[in-house]
Amino acid sequence: MSHQPPKGLPSRPMSPFMLGQYYRFQLTSVLSFIHRLTGIGLSFGTLLLAGWLITLAGGPETYGMFAKHLTAWYGQVLLFCWSWALLYHLCNGIRHLGWDIGKGYELKTAYATGYAVVIVSLLLTASVWAVACLK
Amino acid sequence: MSMRSPLGQARGLGSAKDGTHHFWVQRISAVALIPLSLWFVFSVAQLAGGDFYMVRHWVHAPSVAITLVLFVVAALYHSMLGVQVVIEDYIGNEGSKIVALLLNKFLHAIVAVSTIFAVLKVALGS
Repeated sequence: MSHQPPKGLPSRPMSPFMLGQYYRFQLTSVLSFIHRLTGIGLSFGTLLLAGWLITLAGGPETYGMFAKHLTAWYGQVLLFCWSWALLYHLCNGIRHLGWDIGKGYELKTAYATGYAVVIVSLLLTASVWAVACLK
Repeated sequence: MSMRSPLGQARGLGSAKDGTHHFWVQRISAVALIPLSLWFVFSVAQLAGGDFYMVRHWVHAPSVAITLVLFVVAALYHSMLGVQVVIEDYIGNEGSKIVALLLNKFLHAIVAVSTIFAVLKVALGS
């Protein structure tokens, strides 16, 4: 990617230029990126929810055409990503709600809650799929 | 008394007096979504492998239909607020930004109303 400076200005590195080469990623910032990415993904995920319920209202044949894709391997992969994205966004959202009331800003606490979000979201995802598979 | 128009105030040159509304409703919908999302994922997990009739039977129960509508409303509202922030952060061009913000609101409204209609059709149908 080239970064052309505006006319008359010297060539200087701009902020995206820092990513990867000079910027050291930390857990806290990566979790923040993932929060936004999962949020955008979940917005598209609502189409999955809408499709599921709208085809359900359409009758057995319409529902069958939709459910066929959900039970296929790519549908299951999509559902797995969707469930983890939702549970990650939920766990990290609780972390954000804590910050909103002024709790958890200490660096040590921010890292501890960050690791907790990763672990708890994975455990929740595993338990959702355990319920689905053991059904 | 201010001689400025409401639009002039809202453009960021002064307080429009409702700047915290977006922040606040995003938090309210977030809190509502904690129990609703957990209920939804674990309920759907229990429906795994179920056919059309099993899923319809599930949605048919009034408590399920009501909770589903609450989940859809909270999720779509929270999603609309979130996407709005993303658009405001990344789209610099004023014209494109306004078009994107309008599309965001319209599309979320369409998805929400269609999904709620579908739930009600299944729940109230025979």
